[in-house]
Amino acid sequence: MAAQVDGAMAIVTVEGLEALLQAIQARGYRAVGPTLENQAIVYDDIESINDLPRGWTDEQDGGRYRLMRRSDDALFGYSVGPQSWKKFLHAPKLRLWTAERHGENTTVTPEASPNDRLAFIGVRACEIRAIEIQDRVLISDLYVDPHYQALRARALIVAVNCGQAGGVCFCASMQAGPRVKQGFDIALTELLDGGEHVFLVEAGSEEGHALLAPIPHRAASDDEIEAAAAVIERTASSMGREMRSDDLNELLMSNLEHPRWDEVATRCLTCANCTLVCPTCFCTSVEDVSDLAGERAERWRRWDSCFTMDFSYIHGGSVRASAKSRYRQWMTHKLATWIDQFGSSGCVGCGRCIAWCPVGIDITEEVRAIRGCDAAAEEPQ
Amino acid sequence: MKDIADLLRHHPFAEGLDEDTLSLIAGCAKNVVLQPGDYLHREGAAADSFYLVRHGAVALETFVPGRGSFTFLTVKSGEILGADWLIPPYRSSFDARAIELTRAIAFDGKCLRGKCEADPRVGYEMMKRFIPPLVKRLQSARMQALGMYDAANA
Amino acid sequence: MPQTLKACAPPSYPMAPRMIPVTRFIRESQDVFTFDLAAEHATPFTPGQFNMLYAFGVGEIPISISGDSEAPERLTHTIRAVGPVSAALGKLQAGDQVGLRGPFGVGWPVEEAKGFDVLLIAGGIGLAPLRPVIYWLLRHRAAYGRVGVLYGARTPDDLIFRSEVEEWRRTPDFQLRVAVERAGPEWTGDVGYVTPLLSKLRFDATEAVAMICGPEVMIRATALALEDAGLADSRIFVSMERNMKCAIGHCGHCQFGPLFICKDGPVHRYGRVRSLLSYREL
Ligand SMILES: Cc1cc2nc3c(=O)[nH]c(=O)nc-3n(C[C@H](O)[C@H](O)[C@H](O)COP(=O)(O)OP(=O)(O)OC[C@H]3O[C@@H](n4cnc5c(N)ncnc54)[C@H](O)[C@@H]3O)c2cc1C
Ligand code: SF4
Ligand code: SF4
Ligand code: FES
Repeated sequence: MAAQVDGAMAIVTVEGLEALLQAIQARGYRAVGPTLENQAIVYDDIESINDLPRGWTDEQDGGRYRLMRRSDDALFGYSVGPQSWKKFLHAPKLRLWTAERHGENTTVTPEASPNDRLAFIGVRACEIRAIEIQDRVLISDLYVDPHYQALRARALIVAVNCGQAGGVCFCASMQAGPRVKQGFDIALTELLDGGEHVFLVEAGSEEGHALLAPIPHRAASDDEIEAAAAVIERTASSMGREMRSDDLNELLMSNLEHPRWDEVATRCLTCANCTLVCPTCFCTSVEDVSDLAGERAERWRRWDSCFTMDFSYIHGGSVRASAKSRYRQWMTHKLATWIDQFGSSGCVGCGRCIAWCPVGIDITEEVRAIRGCDAAAEEPQ
Repeated sequence: MKDIADLLRHHPFAEGLDEDTLSLIAGCAKNVVLQPGDYLHREGAAADSFYLVRHGAVALETFVPGRGSFTFLTVKSGEILGADWLIPPYRSSFDARAIELTRAIAFDGKCLRGKCEADPRVGYEMMKRFIPPLVKRLQSARMQALGMYDAANA
Repeated sequence: MPQTLKACAPPSYPMAPRMIPVTRFIRESQDVFTFDLAAEHATPFTPGQFNMLYAFGVGEIPISISGDSEAPERLTHTIRAVGPVSAALGKLQAGDQVGLRGPFGVGWPVEEAKGFDVLLIAGGIGLAPLRPVIYWLLRHRAAYGRVGVLYGARTPDDLIFRSEVEEWRRTPDFQLRVAVERAGPEWTGDVGYVTPLLSKLRFDATEAVAMICGPEVMIRATALALEDAGLADSRIFVSMERNMKCAIGHCGHCQFGPLFICKDGPVHRYGRVRSLLSYREL
């Protein structure tokens, strides 16, 4: 069970949260969290809770993301934006090594693993699940990604239980949220309804405990604990989307020739947005560069997407030349083959791919179409 | 006559063929021996024969001006050779040249066609034996035409 | 089980190549060449495993090891120049350095095939990844039943390992047939596709293991022909090819349905991939 502040759930105020953030930084962490930028909430460096999108929320739907003012001062009153923590742990672009020629000999120097201690502020349940999924891919097999490993081992996770579900959220369907259950150092639930703006906090690790202990707090009352549970309950029951997920591997893999793939291909632009915003997509490509003299060469790794033509290129042509085959690769990988490969679904139900698809293709709707029922038939009674 | 039926009986082509049919078609067959370099037929010439290769090897060739002759298939012991005698105007579409000492059973095409016309049961028996190797060759020809070894490799 | 080798601890920077000098360079045909890399850097491998080879400043590609797994002091690769990286590797000379990562992947089932008749069917450069199996069979001949090798190539000029192929042909108890797609009159061997030559090999289909390496179309056709001949799909092994950027299961490029060709393969049991192979563009 998670450790708690002085053995109990505690309540901290907004000022207490600021103190916590300062304590985290004082302990040598680089704090990153949600900030407002270019009309979206993105993850970036934060110094104080004043950098958080206080009083903002978002409205999301297929192909739609819009910021709006809230009627209160909530610090975490929105759902996930276009970015995820993978931009820090699994960098979009990374030099892997540098090679230098000295006469006959060439030396290869791997890029040193980073020492950064990152503190992720405001990590949602689905995002913790996504990080665990990337852990499984990148650091749990025979070969380990040293950069990811170094950052991940040192990262501090300050999680937030979602106070409201976004229009495209379906983490409840994927058993990935909205309640933060494990994998955090500190978990917060923002309480706005009791007339007072406070946070119910819980430590999930020794580090979290050590950070929370000196912060001004009081023991949470039963009412407050109940109120926090009710917040999460309300979020769970108001998911913007829904998707039956217990049989997806069999469903999709037995429907690889379903006409729906052709239909979705007429809409899909193969722009790769869905894979870039997805918190679990891990695919990368490499690029080799060298100086003009041919004395120095580098290899860079960058995010790649199965929606690009080059992704599946083998001498003679691309294996997946059609839009249909690329959309099918994406969806079957997320929802079906991921289970064979890594023992879980590759989707956490965050809804990013739905909101950030320029033509509003909705993974939950595509699954429904392949399942052969219409939206109405699946509506809960 | 008896000898040729005997030779026929030992060729895979005649496997499972009843004695009556065997001796009937043997009437159209003769034993031939080809020296290396001998042509069984030439491109454009009348296709009046059908062969069962008993021993040896025959190259099916076509001539490309400026580049010489090209072999596109070799036919070896136990295989059949020749399809052009089946369809009008009964003209060979390529050269067939023995590349080893080759012993074969040669059928007179016109004679065999006559027997098939006269007794459709015999015709059907023959058809069942011609078609599978021809279809197999067609499949191989498709692979060769695709130039598969040129494409993505190992 | 197909062979894997996990004796050595994985490197802490698995994407960084070791630079190794070329000790010998042989031109096999107009576009195919073989080179050996210096011994002391070699790592033990099993037949069918591959390395990632890096040409300085140009790029890195997966290449099967084509040498003898029991003489790993000579780390041999045979490559067809088809594009930038393979062409750059083809310009190397003895003494030049090549970047190497590996060996990777699951190779041919040489242990599982003990006691069985063994059929090897290679198309084009596909003979290179199978050559380590031939070396293995020759070294452990008594452990196997009948052995048959079919090798198909475009033209006689495209044949690789020519003098060795002739040696194998002369080896007693070793059936070998070579077929080219087209040839001039000087060629006295088989002309045609490789698959039909199966009927020329003596083997017991109920007690045989087959290994196929070549273009995917050839793999499909040959596997079907082997099934027609009576082999179970669990005894047919095929080597698959997909784009590869990492070889360590991280880049995602080599996926084939649920499989990662780089770590679950490249050699797969046909029974495992046959239904996947039936879908286009998977
Ligand atoms: C497991 C495995 C073993 C192989 N073994 C051999 C071998 O022993 N000998 C040999 O000649 N070839 C082998 N290949 C094929 C070889 O990797 C490609 O021919 C090579 O990648 C072509 O790269 P290029 O830059 O020269 O050409 P391009 O065709 O221009 O390739 C550009 C890039 O696409 C990718 N790519 C292209 N073709 C392939 C391909 N067929 N497979 C994987 N990635 C590809 C590579 O990343 C390459 O850098 C093997 C492939 C695999 C997957
Ligand atoms: S597939 Fe879509 S909903 Fe699922 S985790 Fe990825 S972005 Fe989120
Ligand atoms: S969906 Fe595509 S980009 Fe994402 S992990 Fe799978 S193969 Fe890679
Ligand atoms: S080559 Fe990168 S995952 Fe297989």
